[in-house]
Amino acid sequence: MDSVFSNVARAPEDPILGVTVAYNNDPSPVKINLGVGAYRTEEGKPLVLDVVRKAEQQLVNDPSRVKEYIPIVGISDFNKLSAKLILGADSPAITESRVTTVQCLSGTGSLRVGAEFLKTHYHQSVIYIPKPTWGNHPKVFNLAGLSVEYFRYYDPATRGLDFKGLLEDLGAAPSGAIVLLHACAHNPTGVDPTSEQWEQIRQLMRSKSLLPFFDSAYQGFASGSLDTDAQSVRTFVADGGECLIAQSYAKNMGLYGERVGALSIVCKSADVASKVESQVKLVVRPMYSSPPIHGASIVATILKSSDMYNNWTIELKEMADRIKSMRQQLFEAIQARGTPGDWSHIIKQIGMFTFTGLNKEQVEFMTKEFHIYMTSDGRISMAGLSSKTVPHLADAMHAAVTRLG
Amino acid sequence: MNSILSSVLPAPEDPVLSVIFACRDDPSPVKLNLSAGTYRTEEGKPLVLDVVRRAEQQLANDLDKEYLPLNGLPEFNKLSTKLILGDDSPALKENRVVTTQCLSGTGSLRVGAEFLATHNKESVIFVPNPTWGNHPRIFTLAGLSVQYFRYYDPKSRGLDFKGMLEDLGAAPPGAIVVLQACAHNPTGVDPTFEQWEKIRRLVRSKSLLPFFDSAYQGFASGSLDADAQAVRMFVADGGECLIAQSYAKNMGLYGERIGSLTIVCTSEDVAKKVENQVLLVVRPMYLTPPIHGASIVATILKNSDMYNDWTIELKGMADRIISMRQQLYAALEARGTPGDWSHIIKHIGMFTFTGLSEEQVRLMAKEYHIYMTYDGRISMASLSSKTVPQLADAIHAVVTRIA
Repeated sequence: MDSVFSNVARAPEDPILGVTVAYNNDPSPVKINLGVGAYRTEEGKPLVLDVVRKAEQQLVNDPSRVKEYIPIVGISDFNKLSAKLILGADSPAITESRVTTVQCLSGTGSLRVGAEFLKTHYHQSVIYIPKPTWGNHPKVFNLAGLSVEYFRYYDPATRGLDFKGLLEDLGAAPSGAIVLLHACAHNPTGVDPTSEQWEQIRQLMRSKSLLPFFDSAYQGFASGSLDTDAQSVRTFVADGGECLIAQSYAKNMGLYGERVGALSIVCKSADVASKVESQVKLVVRPMYSSPPIHGASIVATILKSSDMYNNWTIELKEMADRIKSMRQQLFEAIQARGTPGDWSHIIKQIGMFTFTGLNKEQVEFMTKEFHIYMTSDGRISMAGLSSKTVPHLADAMHAAVTRLG
Repeated sequence: MNSILSSVLPAPEDPVLSVIFACRDDPSPVKLNLSAGTYRTEEGKPLVLDVVRRAEQQLANDLDKEYLPLNGLPEFNKLSTKLILGDDSPALKENRVVTTQCLSGTGSLRVGAEFLATHNKESVIFVPNPTWGNHPRIFTLAGLSVQYFRYYDPKSRGLDFKGMLEDLGAAPPGAIVVLQACAHNPTGVDPTFEQWEKIRRLVRSKSLLPFFDSAYQGFASGSLDADAQAVRMFVADGGECLIAQSYAKNMGLYGERIGSLTIVCTSEDVAKKVENQVLLVVRPMYLTPPIHGASIVATILKNSDMYNDWTIELKGMADRIISMRQQLYAALEARGTPGDWSHIIKHIGMFTFTGLSEEQVRLMAKEYHIYMTYDGRISMASLSSKTVPQLADAIHAVVTRIA
């Protein structure tokens, strides 16, 4: 029959979703889902932080609370507190009113709004992203109208950072190019620059007038320390230069489905910041008018209460520590099995994800024979592991490596 | 100092916001803000529906905070579709419907527009003259080219039906047409049932693609079914259309940003492909939609007691607005204000185009501290029995003074 949509082609399946679907369809009682991009407890369950429950109860039972539209840029308290969290309360950029912060739909929404703003108001439309990077990054930037190029980042030979390649590629970037940097806990590799390496990156970028666009999706969740995880961003902001920062509260507050995030644009003067904010509003208004109120209210409630804030940092550290413990346990289990190869990258890598170094055939083997599900690039989510499942994973990796070495 | 962002210019002032700011800065104790686009009680306060409070308190103990699927809360999507199309819709039974949770009406329009910009043969979209100020911005940024069709007739303060049919009749085949399902914003002017039928026939015969903006279902007349009638007429003929739904007004969930985009296709197979492609629009925009408000809506729509309570509260809001229209009209009649003011009771929904000129509007702000947008639009939802006389006095004064 005739249809205006008859020419619409079927879109390709999402690979990560495909892993979860396959996992769900597997009847094995020992199956493990290491493809999931969310934190899980030792019992394999989703976690709502106690402090989030408390904040939500407080909000929901407040009879004076209404559901009116919030401003286009979001809740003012939330924006101020978010900027302080990432930049530090004593940041000169904040005290000099050189930062404009806009509440957005988590990290993705922040990246998209920032990208559309840059497309319209920035003189250079090339954005450099690490190779590899989160699968949604190129889609976000392409759809916003920026053109995407890659810089070397991960070195498969060392399973670490290709620092030399990174510096060479950024050194060859045209003046003014935008550079996407993962603030910490790089997704999907887990590989981060050291503090000394960050300083060299900063020097190179400032000397080449490259514009940093930070994706900070794991502050506090990576190492357990909010300040440590914000160090790379603060290094750049401290030099007085400009940058953009996309923040997400999906992982560090467990607010995944509430879609809470912020885009901060650090400018060189308060006057520029004010004009920038007025133009960012013109990006947001035709996209969704104004952001959702609930999750941002939870975050603001927690960040402005010192008791709740302290409780949050405790729960946050517990999540980070459990992930570190999983890395340690997995490394030891593999060592104990005498699995060939150097597996120290498992404990060197940071955050939720690890690039194991396993190849596609090994991944398929582990899925078929051991019911362990991960993406075909060998990325595993450490947050999906538990003390109970580490031995099973180590067994599978040992078998895959020794049999398909 | 040198700055790569120093060439960024300040954005133009938003006209609605500038009125709101002027009202906010006015120290008069009798000032009246009729420019806001949100419902107010008789006491002039924001309203959170009782049923929303109950649903929210129930959810606070149960819900986890996991990511929703890219297309949103499945239960919410199903219930939203039923609400707008009706339980017995053949499109639903035949699985010809794709529904995606979006960020209220605006987000639904934007996602639908980006989808159409990529997949519709024709990239021209016709919007009514006038229409909601955000419409052209949404469609232009999505990559569509905006044109206008005649809609409001300033002389009769009603529908320019003849002009509308002429303009749509001249539209190229495949063009997209934005139709406000009911309670037209900003005019309050809606087609009659008979007029909708003629519009439907013309749209279908010219192979135009309807894109409904349904932001006021139930809130316009008090009846969910009556307010969905225009949409259902188009869906009933088996043709394709898009529908953007919002729960901002009818559930008072303004800041929760809850809406959905429904695309009615001609076959189940097409619907599956459309669904996949819509997700490619959503993923790079915000990945997945927010969970909280959608859970509230789903909780209310699936519980028959809560649903019934909602329809009662919804009718309460609609009836109060209708009453304000009656009271204002009666007050103007009582003052012998020159002119025909019957449009005030004929118009539907939250907004009314009064017919006042910009000069009259400015005078009302200056002398009577009554604030509305410069096109003469007032929000009936911001009036109360206590403030109707004040407004009538002001209208009478400016009309007799500046004819």
